[in-house]
Parts: sequence; structure tokens; C-alpha cells
Amino acid sequence: MRHFEINQSELKTSQVGQSKKHESAVKQVSGTAHYIDDKPHPNGGLHAYPVLATISCGHILSIDSSQAQAVNGVVTILSAADIPGSNDVGPVFKGDILLTDDKIEYHSQPVLLVVAQTYEIARQAARLVKIEYKNETPQLDIQVAIKNEQWVRPPHEMKLGSVETELPKSKHQISGQMHIGGQEHFYLEGQVSVATPTEDGGMFVQCSTQNPSEIQHLVAKVINRPFNFITVEMRRMGGGFGGKETQAAPWACLAALAALHTGKSVKLRLARADDFKITGKRHPFFNTYEVGFDDNGLIEAANIELSGYCGYSPDLSDAIVERAQFHADNAYFYPHNKIRGNRCYVNTVSHTAYRGFGGPQGMMAAEQIVDDIAYYLGKDPLEIRKLNLYRPGRDITPYHQQVEQFILQDMIAQVEQSANYWQRKTEIKSFNQNSAFIKKGLALTPVKFGISFTVQHLNQAGALVLIYTDGSIHVNHGGTEMGQGLNTKIAQIVAEAFSVNSEHILVNATRTDKVPNTSPTAASSGTDLNGMAALNAANTIKQRLVEFVARHFNLELEQIHFSNNQLHYGNNRMSFAELINLAYINRISLSSTGFYSTPKIHFDKEKGTGHPFFYYAHGVALAEVQIDTLTGENTTTRVDILHDVGNSINPAIDIGQIEGAFIQGMGWLTTEDLRWNQDGSLASFGPATYKIPAIGDTPAEFNVELYDSANPQTSVFRSKAVGEPPFMLGISVWSALRNAIASITDYQYAPDLDTPATPEVILAAVEKAQNWQAQHSQNTAQELQNA
Amino acid sequence: MIQFLLNQDLIELEAVAPSLSILDWLRTNKGKTGTKEGCASGDCGACTVLIGENKQGNWQYKSINACLMLVGNLHGKHLVTIEAVSQNAFPEFDDLHPVQKAMVECHGSQCGFCTPGIIMSMLALYLNHTSYPGKSTAIHALGGNLCRCTGYNPILKAVEKCFDYPRANFNWQAELTLLTTKLAENAIPNLTNQNCHFYLPQNLADLVKLKAQMPTAQLVAGATDLSLAFTQQLKTPQQLISVSQCQPLIGYQQNQDGMFIGAATPYAEFIKQFCQIYPESTELFNRLGSTQIRNSGTLGGSIGNASPIGDPAPLLIALNAKIELASERGKRVIALEDYFIAYKTTQLKPDEVISGFYLPPRPLNLTLACHKISKRIEDDISTVCLVMALTTDNQHIITANIAFGGMTAIPARAKQTEAALIKQPTELATFKAAAKQISQDFSPLSDVRASAEYRVKVSENLLIRSWHQTFGQIEIQKNHSDNIQLPATRVQHAAL
Repeated sequence: MRHFEINQSELKTSQVGQSKKHESAVKQVSGTAHYIDDKPHPNGGLHAYPVLATISCGHILSIDSSQAQAVNGVVTILSAADIPGSNDVGPVFKGDILLTDDKIEYHSQPVLLVVAQTYEIARQAARLVKIEYKNETPQLDIQVAIKNEQWVRPPHEMKLGSVETELPKSKHQISGQMHIGGQEHFYLEGQVSVATPTEDGGMFVQCSTQNPSEIQHLVAKVINRPFNFITVEMRRMGGGFGGKETQAAPWACLAALAALHTGKSVKLRLARADDFKITGKRHPFFNTYEVGFDDNGLIEAANIELSGYCGYSPDLSDAIVERAQFHADNAYFYPHNKIRGNRCYVNTVSHTAYRGFGGPQGMMAAEQIVDDIAYYLGKDPLEIRKLNLYRPGRDITPYHQQVEQFILQDMIAQVEQSANYWQRKTEIKSFNQNSAFIKKGLALTPVKFGISFTVQHLNQAGALVLIYTDGSIHVNHGGTEMGQGLNTKIAQIVAEAFSVNSEHILVNATRTDKVPNTSPTAASSGTDLNGMAALNAANTIKQRLVEFVARHFNLELEQIHFSNNQLHYGNNRMSFAELINLAYINRISLSSTGFYSTPKIHFDKEKGTGHPFFYYAHGVALAEVQIDTLTGENTTTRVDILHDVGNSINPAIDIGQIEGAFIQGMGWLTTEDLRWNQDGSLASFGPATYKIPAIGDTPAEFNVELYDSANPQTSVFRSKAVGEPPFMLGISVWSALRNAIASITDYQYAPDLDTPATPEVILAAVEKAQNWQAQHSQNTAQELQNA
Repeated sequence: MIQFLLNQDLIELEAVAPSLSILDWLRTNKGKTGTKEGCASGDCGACTVLIGENKQGNWQYKSINACLMLVGNLHGKHLVTIEAVSQNAFPEFDDLHPVQKAMVECHGSQCGFCTPGIIMSMLALYLNHTSYPGKSTAIHALGGNLCRCTGYNPILKAVEKCFDYPRANFNWQAELTLLTTKLAENAIPNLTNQNCHFYLPQNLADLVKLKAQMPTAQLVAGATDLSLAFTQQLKTPQQLISVSQCQPLIGYQQNQDGMFIGAATPYAEFIKQFCQIYPESTELFNRLGSTQIRNSGTLGGSIGNASPIGDPAPLLIALNAKIELASERGKRVIALEDYFIAYKTTQLKPDEVISGFYLPPRPLNLTLACHKISKRIEDDISTVCLVMALTTDNQHIITANIAFGGMTAIPARAKQTEAALIKQPTELATFKAAAKQISQDFSPLSDVRASAEYRVKVSENLLIRSWHQTFGQIEIQKNHSDNIQLPATRVQHAAL
């Protein structure tokens, strides 16, 4: 595998490392960037909409669609019986049913598909279908699922040392639990697909998806055609965040099914409320822990159980709960530990990938543990965090991968100093003593996030680089652009390889007929994998060009190099365009594929051991919050972040990822409150009741810096993945809220704080702290009296 | 027929569905897909467009949600979409408007789906200011635009930066003049689609006549609430009568008898005046929906829909406002409090319309406190809204109006709580005792916003907070220049 080492002195004039504008920025601000629903629908094109069940659990007794069928403009109504191939669109394991004809396992499960001349008619007719059910009581309680061992996939454990024998020996032992809420992706562009039959009996599918190859495979299976008859195209998504990794597939498959039956191009776009109801979300979790530690707060043993609400089917839950387990240590060494992960069945939509992929829910356990130890011992939580960080000699993770990079100590020290942690801590303490109702809190939390798909075979990527005779360069790769700036970074990487301006490079739609067998753009891996594949493709062509020039001008290879849009050969130079034309005339191939597979990684799932991550990305956030102890209202007033992206390929894009991820993480833990009714229907099914952060929620002071450090591993230009890791910096807000509440007890006791920490949850914790304090004062008074 | 300008084109429509939103019309009928549908419920702002209105010969522009506003309401107006903002249909960077340039240069777009809406909200701000009006105004202008990618920091920077470029002006005068001259007179603008009708009466006589003729017709003003029946419940109304251009219902008057606010006056047009009399209500109005909602929503719409959670009702009830109802039979004025009967049931007769609201003059000895609790500050519906209006003689409470939203099926006063305050000294103990009565007054529901227990607890605490804010003053830590301590959530906003 070829790796491209950068010459730091050349970097100043290079394409990589510059804050280039997002490749679509001008189009986005002028409304000319096309999303799937913006493309003109062909004449005679149809619209499909699913008919949704109105119960959460039970069976279908009868279906009467005559009223819907009679609506003027309805073309056909399709059911499971109309599916020529598979009715199961499970991405890894079976269980995700496209159209059910019998068993209902979650509220609003699709039953039929209405195909009509307009979107409005399809939606309206879908509501006219009458279905009779045999209603059963939905299972929504995770405690019941754990007790009855209702799993969508078997539980797994990771173990290091012997927690059973060592934990009881610790001088201090505490335990705790936490309910962690889920999260709706709320990509601004909802799920949408257009399927158009091809003359070969295949299907051309345009889909807002992070996973074009999987759409290709599933459409093929549903309409019973070989993969090569299906082409999927994806230019850009209006946000993904994991919500379009597997959740785009059912709608693409249904659009294709309708296109197959009607011979017409068919669009399926979910209305926002239905998108909320029938697509998976971040898994809610229930975590429990027992931890043993010494007088200083040094952890000796930890026993952690993480239970994810997986919904009705496996989807990606096996790997998501596993990633929660992988991050239940966060950045802290547990000399003896056991980390168990339960994949619990509940009668809801099947929960799915969401930025962090279970990692955040696991990391919450670690951050709760260190906070709880600190308040138990009456120490500053930051001291406990620093004490327990991985360091040489204390560097084995629960899955036995050895940690090799120890930069968090330095990163924390930098933020401690630049953001005046200790001085502000003192000031806040004094503020809180003098403020009757408003209390401030401060917390610094680190992030150590493992980079690589934990499913090893997904760590591969392909790219296709085409150079045309005018010197312009077209790049395709297997990744998808969802706003994260992947195409911009890929253009910079290819531009760097040829020493041309990235503006000369067009990175266009992802298509399964350009680059095959791609992995989803997920696990923060987009640039790591596809950037390296594109670089390898570019280097292949570059090598040919250099060898050609050497032959043609009779020069040594060392006498040839590319710089500033030019080829320098011997004492001469020519423009890149002239070189390409010369090469073409001399019949040199000007296109190449590129391929990359991540080295070093392996993991034995049964044993729970291995080296699943190529490297770790790190970050540190310091958050200051205020709470109103009368109402539980709260605000994050200042945030300081230092984040490790290795050598940044595009600092502006990386900072954009960090800021956006932080706010999304903060929203997950504060305002974003998914609620289900007792009948299993989603109560918060739209932005009127589900509140993602708005512009006023951005902290008044928000400082984000990149940590100056190259990736020690040979990643593309020694950069690091950035999509997911900073999401978990939002945990600092949760920890700071607890810190503010703990001020009520003079930091002697911090009540549990389930998430999202809405005003209601915070007020309940405040009351608990006030009651504790009242009891404590009474006890102290009693003791004084007794003395 | 209705007539309006779409960017530079004169549009004349006769046969479209009465419930057709501007967004659906733009995207489906006109193929103008720059304006995006994010939620179709007025909560995300991706569909933000500008509406220009001729105010005494001066065209003024404001942002609205295209998914909520009905096409029929566009009559006589100038609809400006993202397609008209830059100098070229497929622009290069140099063709962009300053608000667009700033967004590009500040890296303000990632996935780009919310971006056209953000641009339009920024443009509204730009057109109404010649220099950067400060961060809190920027937040106020963009509070109704959700972005899931950026965390908003680059957008806030772009709002500041857009004023740094040379000033850009639009020249729409010729088209606007054409529209003005084209506007048909002496007719009720209307739309007819099959057997569905939309009417836009311009005067009260026409309005009440139409309502008498069609007692089952649905009245609509800004449609910020009613449109949800169309976009979410997929209802197709047969007859819609829009009051949004009925002149006597628009605007406000103020004299020694108090203030009259026309029922169809958008909030944005009277908030400033209202808050001059009642500055304590500023936050309540600033947090009512979003800028887009305040630019189209009306008191008549909010009260007419009798929502149990609308914020204006508790405020107006606490201030002893009266509601004026008009019909061909004449006008009648009743206390707003008596207007609400039960959930979504009111005193409004089938042939009546709400024409306006009377606010009595502010009593000299009035003490007012307004509170809104919600999960989010910007654009959120109240979990609990509390308005406390007391008159005092310095030491004792003479009258007490404690009105709540979100506590029961209609906006309502807490009578037992009030009784516990009247004639009592203005001391903390009085309020603590009165707070205990709230659970006697109401048995709220648990719902998606909060539990019943929280609603009661927070209401009790808000009453106590009201004392600290109004009579207490000393007990609460101050940390900015206002003479009252704001709750934590508001500290940030006030301090910006």
C-alpha cells in the first residue's frame, strides 16, 4: 500500500491543509444545488406513499383498500404479494420487513404502497385504507426485555483481568445507573428516492443515501435482478448523520417496486412526521455500573452493563451496542473490567446508526463513573479524569487493544490553562454561594474515539480518477457527500497529488457503476478510506506520467516533479494541461482506479479481543453552564474545545465538523426529547415537539482550536477522521449541568441526571439535591448537638 | 383572481386549491425548487421566502414560512425567493449578494439544505438594516431557521460579515409599479378550484357578508396554525375566508381608553407598541414562534383557534383585555376570559368574525410578570405560560389576575391562587402560600412537553420567582445591567 508522506515545507503552498470553500457552497447559497426532490420528475412520473399501521404490536386481520383505490389519480396499490424478490431489507441480519402482510411489530409499520399521479393523492389515499387488527400489548420496557432476555442479537462481553475477584477488594465501591435518551437525526432533507426502470429491465435509482452499494443490493434483491442491472446515483444529501446509512433503503426499494409494476419513474418522499415515525433513531440506552477505586479515585475495577433499545429488528444494533462497549472506557484505564452489551427487543421502529454509533451512549457510562467517584470522594472531577487517563503501562483497553498515543494529558493541560479552569472554578464556587437561584457549573471532558469500522471488511474503498485532454480532472469515489465536505477534501487530496489547484478537479455524484462494492460513508471513515483510494488512483496516473516524461525527454525520474500547476522536467517546464495533452498523443492511459484497505486491524468477536481500531481521535471540551433552580431552565454560556484531527486537510471544514458535532451532542443531552406514548406510537414526531438546538443555543463564547499533532499512523496526509469524535464533546455540557446541581450540596453529592437533561429532569435533580442538603444539614446539626 | 409579483414576474391566478401553500405552488407548479421543504409545519425555516408589502407607497420586506402561508394571501404582494437573490440564475461567487458571499466565506453551509432559508432570513435582516444590528438581533432574525450541520457559529459570523461588503440594492421598481397599476379594484380577490373557494375580502362589510353567507367557511389570517390541518392532517377545505387583507382588522390605535389591536395585524406590527406599555411582556412576544411566525401570525388567529397553549391568551386575559366580535348583526365586545368555553370551543357564532382586541389603559399601580417555560428558547411552544398582573397599594395586593397557558384545556385564570393573594401583603410569604393553591386550581395533563407534576411545580416556583422579580429585588444575584435577575436561559440572550 502506497502512503503519501507530506513535506511540511511544501505544505504552505499546497492544496492540502488549506481552508478551501465547500465545493457546493456557491450553489447552496443560491438555491441551485439540487437535492433528489429538486430534480424535475419526468412526464408521467408517479409518486408512491406507504400505508402505515395504526397499532404497535399484533396481527393484520383484514385490509380494505377499496376507498383508496377509488380515488381519482391512484394508479395501483401494492402489497407484500407484489414483491417478486425478497421482502426483507435487513442490511446485515434479516428482520427488516419492507411491507408486512401479517405481523405488526412497531407503530406505523408500512403495510401497503399507494402509487398515484401526485404526491398529495398518494398521501391522502394511503390514509383511506382500512385495516383491522388483532391488537397485542406492545413491549416497550427495557427492564422487561433484560429480565426475559428478549434480544434482537445475543449479548456479548468484553473482559480484562478479573472484575469478579478484584472489584470486591477495592476500598471504595459505588454503583449507579442512567437512562439515556435516543435522538432523531433530523437531517433537514427527509428520506427520498426516485426509481426509474431501464430498458434492460433494471433500475436506475437516485437516492439520498450514505450507502449507495447497499441500496443497489437491496433493490436488486427486492425486484429480483442481478446487482449489475441496478445503478444507484447520489450527488448530495441534505444531511445524513447515520440516518441514511440503512434507513434510506426501504424507500428506495419501495420506489423501485412501484417503478417495476408501473414501468414509470416513481418518487417516494416521506413527509416529516412520517420520517420521524418510521425511520430508526439513535438507540436509547440503559446503563448500570459498579466500580471499585482507591482513596485517590484511581479506578481498580469496573463492571459495566450497557443495554440498547434496539427496536423490533437487528438492523445495525449488533455493531452499535458493540461500539458502545468499545467506548465504555472512554479515555480511562480500568485494570479489571467486564463490559456487557445487551441488544434489547422493544416494539418500536428499529434503531439505527447515528453519529458515534453507540459510542456516545457507552462513553456516558465512563463519564458518569468518573463524576460519581469525584463527588463521592469530594474531589474535583477533573482530577479524577486526569488520574485515570490511559498512559504508558496503563494502556490496555477492555478489548485488549493497546493504546499507543497519549496526547490527552497535554490536550487537557492546554485547555486547563487557556480557558482558566481552576480560576473559573473558584469564581463559580463563589458565584454559586451568593446566587439564590442561578447556579453555574463547569466541566471538562475528554474524548478518545476509535477509528475504523469494527466490521473489518468494510474498511476498504475505491476511487476512479479520469483526466481529460484539456487537463481537467474528474474524480469519483465510493464515499457520499452529506455536507461534511468529503468531496472538497478529496479534490484537495487529488490536487495535491498532481500539484494543481483543487478548483480544476470535479468530484461528482457517487455512482455504483463508477466505483463498485463501496462501504457506507460512516464511522467517520469517508476521507480516511476514499481519500486514500483517490490518492492511490492519482499516484498511479502520476507514476505513468513521470515514467512517460522520463522516456520521452530522456531524463532521470528524479529530474521530474510537479509543482504549482506545472511539470518541471530537467530545466524545462510545461503546464499540466500541456503535459496531459502530450501524454494523450503518446497514448498514455489517463485514467485509473484506486483502492485502499486499512492495515493492522482485526477483532475476534467471540473472544471480544483484538485491534479493531487503526488509531484513536481525541478531543477535550470545557463547558460552562447556568441552571435556574426554580425551573430547571439552563444554558451553555461558554465552551472551549481542543480537538485532534491530526494534520488537517481542511481546517475550516474540520472546525465546522467539530462545532456542528458539539452542538448536536449538546442537543442530544439537553433539549432533544424523544417520547413514546403508552401504545408505542411516537409522541414527539415533528420539530414542533422535538427540539434540536436553535441558533440562540450556540454558546455565547465558543472557542474551537485544532490540536497540533500529526497522526502517528499512515493515514491520508497524516490526518484524522473528524465526523463523529467531536459529537461526544457535548458530554461536557451534561457533566457541567451536574456540576451546577452539585453546588447545592457544596459538591458533596450529585444526583443522577438522566438524559436528555430537560428543564423537568434538571428541576427534579435540583429538588433531590436540595432534599439531600436539608437532610445533611439536619444530620450535621444533630451531630453537633450530640457532641 | 389574485395578482402578485413572483420575483420579477407578474402572476395572476384563478384556479388553485384554497389551501395551496406558497411552498407547494413554487416547487410543484412553478418548478422553483430553490426553496426547500424541511418540515412543512413552520418549524424549520428551510422554506423561508420574503414577502414585500406596499406600506403607503413604501415597499417593506419580511421573512415568512412558505409552507404555511397560503398562495391566496399573496394578493397585491411581492414574493421574493432564493432564485432572485443573486445577479445570475447560475451564479459564480462574484454574482452573489453580500448575504450569500458572507455565508460562503464564513463556511456557513455544509449540507446546504437549510441554506436557502437562512439566506432569505439574512436578506430580510439586511434589507431592514444598513449596518450590523448586533448578535441578539441576528439571533432573533434567525431563531426560526434550523441548521443541523454547523452549530450556527459560522452563520452568526456571516450575519455580521454581510454588512462589510459594498451595499447591494435590488431594483424592482418597474415590476412593483406594474403590479400596483394592474391590481383590479372593487372586487373581492378570490380563487376557485372545482368547488373549493378562497376569498380575500378587503373591507369589513364584505367580510361579514361572506361569513353570513357561508357560516361553515373556515376563517384564516396568517395561516400559521391552520395550515397544519392542510399539510399534516391533509384536510381540503371547501371554503376559506381570509381576513388577512381586511383593512379595519389591520393595525392598532391607542388613546386614553387604551389600545385597540386589529385581529388580523401580524404580531411583528404591534409588538413594539404593545411592549412600550407593557415592557414586562417583551420576552413573551420575542419568544412567540419565530420571526417568520411573528411576521404572519395574528392575535385573531391565535385566539380564534382557541389553542390551550398559545401565549397571547394568558397575557391578554391577565390584562383584562376584551374581544370584539363582528357580524352583519353588528359588533359585540366581551371579556376575553369569557370567550373561551372549552377545548377549542368559544363564544364565536357561525356568522361572526373576530375583529379586534381592546386593552384597557395600564393601571398606575400595576405589577406585571410574564413567564414562559419550554424546552428550547427559540421557537418553542410553552410547557407553561404564566402571566401575573397585580394592582397594589404598595403594601397590599388589591387585585390579582393570574393567567396560565398549558395548565388546562383552555387559557385560564387561577382563581384560588388569586384569592390567596388579594388583600394580602406583598411579601414572599403571601406568594409562597398562594403558590400552594395552583394545584387546587388546575390538574394539568402529562404530555410530550412535560409531566403534570412538573407543570404544577414549575408554576409554583414561577409565582415565587414573580415575587422576587417584582417586589423582592435583593435576594437574587445580579449579573448584568438590568435591575432584575433573568432566569439562566435568558441570561445569555440578554447579555449578548
